[in-house]
Amino acid sequence: MIEKALKGNRNYWLWIAFLLSVIVFGIYAYTRQMALGLTVTGMGRDVSWGVYIAQFTFLVGVAASAVMVVLPYYLHNQKAFGKIVIVGEFLAVSATLMCLLFILADMGRPDQVLNVLRYPSPHSMVFWDVTVLNGYFILNLVSGWTVLGAERKGVQPPAWIKPVIYLSIPWAFSIHTVTAFLYAGLPGRHLWLTAVLAPRFLASAFAAGTALLVLVSLILKRTAGFDAGNEARGKLAVLATYAGVANFFLLGTEFFTAFYSNVPAHRHSLQYLFFGLEGHASLVPWMWLSLLSGLASVAVLLVPRLRKDTGWLVAACIGLFFSIWIDKGVGLILGGFVPSPLEQIVEYIPSPVEIAVTAGIWAIGILVLSILLKVTVAVKTQE
Amino acid sequence: MINEQRREFIRKTGLGVLAGLGAASGLFPALSLEKTLLPAWDEKPVPGKIRWGMLIDTRLCKGDCQQCTAACHRVHNVPRFINRWDEVKWIWKSPYENVFPTASQQFVDSGTKERKVLALCNHCAEPPCTRACPTEATFRRWDGIVSMDYHRCIGCRFCMAACPYGSRSFNWQDPRPAIRELSPTYPTREKGVVEKCNFCSERLVKGQLPACVEECPEKALTFGDLNDPESDIRKLLESNLTMQRKPELGTRPSVFYII
Repeated sequence: MIEKALKGNRNYWLWIAFLLSVIVFGIYAYTRQMALGLTVTGMGRDVSWGVYIAQFTFLVGVAASAVMVVLPYYLHNQKAFGKIVIVGEFLAVSATLMCLLFILADMGRPDQVLNVLRYPSPHSMVFWDVTVLNGYFILNLVSGWTVLGAERKGVQPPAWIKPVIYLSIPWAFSIHTVTAFLYAGLPGRHLWLTAVLAPRFLASAFAAGTALLVLVSLILKRTAGFDAGNEARGKLAVLATYAGVANFFLLGTEFFTAFYSNVPAHRHSLQYLFFGLEGHASLVPWMWLSLLSGLASVAVLLVPRLRKDTGWLVAACIGLFFSIWIDKGVGLILGGFVPSPLEQIVEYIPSPVEIAVTAGIWAIGILVLSILLKVTVAVKTQE
Repeated sequence: MINEQRREFIRKTGLGVLAGLGAASGLFPALSLEKTLLPAWDEKPVPGKIRWGMLIDTRLCKGDCQQCTAACHRVHNVPRFINRWDEVKWIWKSPYENVFPTASQQFVDSGTKERKVLALCNHCAEPPCTRACPTEATFRRWDGIVSMDYHRCIGCRFCMAACPYGSRSFNWQDPRPAIRELSPTYPTREKGVVEKCNFCSERLVKGQLPACVEECPEKALTFGDLNDPESDIRKLLESNLTMQRKPELGTRPSVFYII
């Protein structure tokens, strides 16, 4: 079935060539990191995680959001999702792959990474996260590929695939809950030490992930002539809207607790992110851009007339995705390190090497997604 | 000719006997020339029997003195990087308000406010770093020391995010070129692994005090077993008002301070 990815028009191959060139660039940057150490990044002893771990966190959310099409289609028999469900599953596959690559890129000793499996440590949340992420990757790849393979042959999917698909539903919730638990159980990092972190992760994931799914389906309609249907997009837009509302509600509760209680440790990180702390304010414009674009997008999506208009829908989905990308893929991780345990403020700026590696990993994920969707479209349109 | 062969034979058998002795000394501790501690056989440690701790009298500690830091970093081959991103440190001085950010900061007398206070790994009884470590590369030993296995560390830096005291350092680059004079008593590290204070476990096993304690000209550091009511450290703890760093986090540090 994979051979279908080898037949494409000029634009398809240009796209693949572009992605490959970004990947090569990223691999080159990674060899620099391997040779010189993580000193080539903007991280340091005060901000000891940066854009790699932040992107990983964001992409776990994108991966988890596949459940927003799998659950209605397989559990509630929502036929409208029939054509988009596989897009969601393959999006989850590529996002999970990117997650694993970002973890690997962040390791000081990637050659030792199998120690996580050689010395399994159930007390460590990383152990659980690696387990659920790999499991989720396999579940989605197997269910997507098997159902698509059956469709190609024009037969019913094998019966054993049903339990696999059902299992992927709670599993999607588990990956993002466990990812939140990576942070929410650390004493002394007050931005993360909050019980609403896991619910907020899920809400922001379902908002950003479904918004991305709407965008991907529109790109497929335009470039490949594969239309998942306005009804599916409309339903996804509603899901993104209410997930977005939930996300901003939960963010609001964080603000209330921090600023009404007035406990300095609870306040400091939010203060740093949104208002600046002791003259350090490099993330302030980003965070306000995130907040305003997110709120504006949700406002647009709440109006049915605007939501049904493709132009407004695209703008709002981009706005929501971008908003949560900044919030989770930048602010959340960096803000957790400011101020440091010794109440010092060190600001982090990603280095060119770090940005190149990040771009390379994104390109790998998008390449895998492009190939999987190319096969999907070829099967669905019986080319 | 014959003499040549004979000489070669004697040389080889001699080597064989030496090799055999070497192997035997590994199997039979009594045969080894240097006494090695094999706790698995003879002195099996009882977990929790000993809990090493330290008491720092900040009144005695002189503000500009760096002797403990210098001694520690010298014996442990701690690399010296000037920029704060790459910095590796096991024991260092920070202002009072940074070491005790959650302690009372209002109307503190100027002597205390401007005081430089030693910071190091607290060797917590409930360490969040060992809980976060996915490979047991950092772990709490039977004697309460929070230790590191540099060969197992994957460099994920979870322990650094988990430590509420900023006591852990990462080797952002190869540390070896940044070591001034090589100490033969402790291994150097590679780039990509985390390191921190080990309470001089390599010295304790030889019956020596930690390097910082030994080096302090003011005798401001007291080291001992917190589980032994007769130890000096316990007597000092009972007769002085002492503090731990961020006790509200429930980590139960083994490093105490007299302010």
